[in-house]
Amino acid sequence: MSIQAVDPVLVLALVLNFFILANSQLRMVVFAVAIQGAILGLMYPIAHQGFNPPAGVAVEAIGALTLVRLVLLAMAIVLIKGYVIPRLLFRAMREANIIWHVESVIGLTPTLLLGAVGTALALAFAQSLPIKPGHTSTLVIPASLATALTGFLMLITRRKAISQVLGYVVLENGIFIFGLLLIEAVPVLVEFGVLLDLFVGVFVMGIIINHVNRSFPAATSEHLSMLRE
Amino acid sequence: MNTILLNMIHVAVVLTVPPLLLGVINKTKAWFAGRRGPPVLQPYYDLRKLIVKGSVFSETTTWVFRFGPVVGLATALVAAAIIPLGQRDAPLSFVGDMILFAYVLSLGRFFTMAAALDTGSAFEGMGSAREATYGCLAEPVLLFGLLVLAKVSMMAGVSESLSMNGMLGESLTKEWSVAGASMLLVLISWFIVLLVENSRIPFDDPNTHLELTMIHEVMVLDHCGPALAMILYGAAVRLFIFAALVVRLAIPLQSGFALWNWGLFLVGVLAVAVGVGIVESIMARLRLTVIPNLLVGAGVLVAFGLVLVLSH
Repeated sequence: MSIQAVDPVLVLALVLNFFILANSQLRMVVFAVAIQGAILGLMYPIAHQGFNPPAGVAVEAIGALTLVRLVLLAMAIVLIKGYVIPRLLFRAMREANIIWHVESVIGLTPTLLLGAVGTALALAFAQSLPIKPGHTSTLVIPASLATALTGFLMLITRRKAISQVLGYVVLENGIFIFGLLLIEAVPVLVEFGVLLDLFVGVFVMGIIINHVNRSFPAATSEHLSMLRE
Repeated sequence: MNTILLNMIHVAVVLTVPPLLLGVINKTKAWFAGRRGPPVLQPYYDLRKLIVKGSVFSETTTWVFRFGPVVGLATALVAAAIIPLGQRDAPLSFVGDMILFAYVLSLGRFFTMAAALDTGSAFEGMGSAREATYGCLAEPVLLFGLLVLAKVSMMAGVSESLSMNGMLGESLTKEWSVAGASMLLVLISWFIVLLVENSRIPFDDPNTHLELTMIHEVMVLDHCGPALAMILYGAAVRLFIFAALVVRLAIPLQSGFALWNWGLFLVGVLAVAVGVGIVESIMARLRLTVIPNLLVGAGVLVAFGLVLVLSH
């Protein structure tokens, strides 16, 4: 299976998950999320069977058009996730004067441990899911579940709005990893859709954070836990 | 006959090389700081100076205090006999010796802490408490790493996968090809363990004898003369052991020439010392409250490596 060629990269993505959960510096977290998105984007053409054909399949299975499309798509993903989104987030951080320190509801070490337990469970459960036989032997599904879980954890535990945006991006990375399985069936449609959503989402969030910051002293979700007339 | 010769080389290397690592680390740090630095052989001179000195023992101390350095050095030497260094096999090897390895090291640490507590000084008690805390967190990382190696070498088809010889023996190339990602995670977390077990920056500063932030140095404040020499030497052997683990893991020694293997191994160990020196030069000490987080992170990494191996 050619899709197994992406396993080392997925391990790196999973290690980055831990790094993202454990790091207390917002700037480093943004960098880590950007790197994760970029390496996943680079993985996109590798996962395609045309680049790395399994034994016995003719190489001509891939056309020039598909090749160009794949490379363009990978470049777009790397550009947006690795450059544009971090730029937007840094800009939001700068303009809203967000302090670099990550604030978590339950502390960073418990979050990290939860993430580790979740990753272990994802690895354990992925085998028992009803998946196409060729897909069970790879890390794609556990990595996807674990990364999505990391995103959820960040959305739940982080106080600052900007950390929650980061959680959202990590969640999308998890969905993206899952999409690698469908890469031969729908290579462009799903990806572009998700990427566009994400881009618009981060864009809007960046603006909202700025506006929230003008109305409140700090853009944290703490304000949302109180009801007031 | 050949085995006896190789074992003698093993023992000779364990006895002579360790202080050199400290010298190399100091030289690297001096080079980074633009100084000339002490000679590479300075730790040997220090040891000689300390051995000829007399001893002073506080009246409040008991035999535990005198036992501390002795046990510390003895356990380090026993542990060094268990791991394979340059050649294929370690002199002391049996099935399950990995457990002995881990706990012999812990015994050494326990006696160092007990000796520090025996002085009755609040200052040294604080150091012991810190050492115990970080020891608790560093030990699982070491043991989990050994577990990963045992499982991987079993997958690679080694018959004695529960001994250090089997895990770090000639099948390492195959182990890397079977589960390279897990091996890499073990390598990274063991380097972190190396730094914390030997009280190096970013966990502890080996140069501070006067600050409240130190861990290892505070426990040995009351020792002097030959006892301090034993502590220094034991600490160097421990550093050598962890450097050897990292090197064995990173460089699978495959060639049939014993001399070439030994040469490669020694170069690797010195490279690890240079690496430690570089880390010490470019990093500052971490805040005490952050250190457990980093150690838990290392534990999570290696546990993840184990889960990866198990889920295959």
